[in-house]
Amino acid sequence: MLKMFRWIVRRDLTLAWRRRADVLSTLFFFVIVVSLFPLGIGPETQLLRSIAPGVVWVAALLASMLSLSRVFENDYHDGTLEQMLLTPQPLFLVVLGKVLAQWLVSEVPLAVIAPLLGVQFDLEPRTLWILFISLLLGTPVLSLIGSIGAALTLGLRGGGVLIAVLILPLYVPVLIFGAGAVDASITSGNIQANIYLLAAFFLLALVFSPWATSAALRISLE
Amino acid sequence: MLEVTNLDCVRGDRKLFSDINLSLKPGTILQVQGANGSGKTSLLRILCGLLAPARGEVRWQGANIRSLGEEYFTAVTYIGHRTAVKEELTCLENHRINNGLAGVELKKEEALETLGKMGLAGREHLPARLLSEGQRRRLALSRLLSSSTPLWILDEVLTSLDRAAVTLIMSVIEAHLKSGGMAVVATHQELNLAAGSFERLQLTS
Repeated sequence: MLKMFRWIVRRDLTLAWRRRADVLSTLFFFVIVVSLFPLGIGPETQLLRSIAPGVVWVAALLASMLSLSRVFENDYHDGTLEQMLLTPQPLFLVVLGKVLAQWLVSEVPLAVIAPLLGVQFDLEPRTLWILFISLLLGTPVLSLIGSIGAALTLGLRGGGVLIAVLILPLYVPVLIFGAGAVDASITSGNIQANIYLLAAFFLLALVFSPWATSAALRISLE
Repeated sequence: MLEVTNLDCVRGDRKLFSDINLSLKPGTILQVQGANGSGKTSLLRILCGLLAPARGEVRWQGANIRSLGEEYFTAVTYIGHRTAVKEELTCLENHRINNGLAGVELKKEEALETLGKMGLAGREHLPARLLSEGQRRRLALSRLLSSSTPLWILDEVLTSLDRAAVTLIMSVIEAHLKSGGMAVVATHQELNLAAGSFERLQLTS
């Protein structure tokens, strides 16, 4: 069973490496969106510091949206997805493998580069650290929930817009507590509660979303 | 044994076919024929469990395939129109990954050997996007050589293959039938098989 999981992850990582441009464009999108705010607002450190958590998190949400619409798209068009549905292993393993690969390729770089971008907002080192942790814990939830939307909108025209309409509302709790954790570290509030809630969301999504995605994939391929 | 009873298929608001009954015993090949749009691919997709029939059921060894789930997939190899060949990957990677997805772990040497048999020797490390249409088909079909599943469902397998490849695939199918396998093949071409019993299903719309 684990062998299958390894095959999928390795395959998707190889494919991502061969299509580096796709991955990089998402990352650049994130960097540029976040950087536009300090440039637009000017050197008002107090204001910048208070909007930083929300800006970085919203940009991360949008960036992950961009990469998510591609998770199943290519495999759908060349018929690989049909074969994945016919594997003798449970489908949720395939889904988990693909989501893990997507997270490693598209979301981890966001979390890694975010502290660097946070410097533009005059954040303290401790806050940058919390920003990193909250993104690292929150982005897997985005990938997991987003995979449901990607599976549901598979093969539809204008799927990219539809997936945003479907999934962005579901991202709201992650946004609130993710940005909340960073905010709390600026105003020296309670960070722990926010981080724990993010972790709880992660576990919840880990259990339920592969199952929902599998069901959605079977429907989309009929 | 594969049994199909009272199968109806509806796509959109159009009824493609209705009341199809058939049973496939070990060593038998079923050729599905019919005009374009008569539902050959839909029938094959129903048989492998990708598509739910509007009415009727498909049974494998006496149990409905819908209730068998993954257990049924260990018995089936399906090769569709869309070849599942990834353009960015090399032939070798494609071959090993497609087998891996089907639950067959291939060593590098074994994979190279089957690719050689399929006439892809010397192209193992070429990205699949550089292959011709016929070579892509050959690559997709090379999975049959390492497949040990009893039921093969093949959709338009012989399209864009040259004569040598057709002969090769026929001999692979013959060997499969001889060893007690079953095959459902949708094709317009005549199948000239030396082994196995032959049945034909004509779909009319």
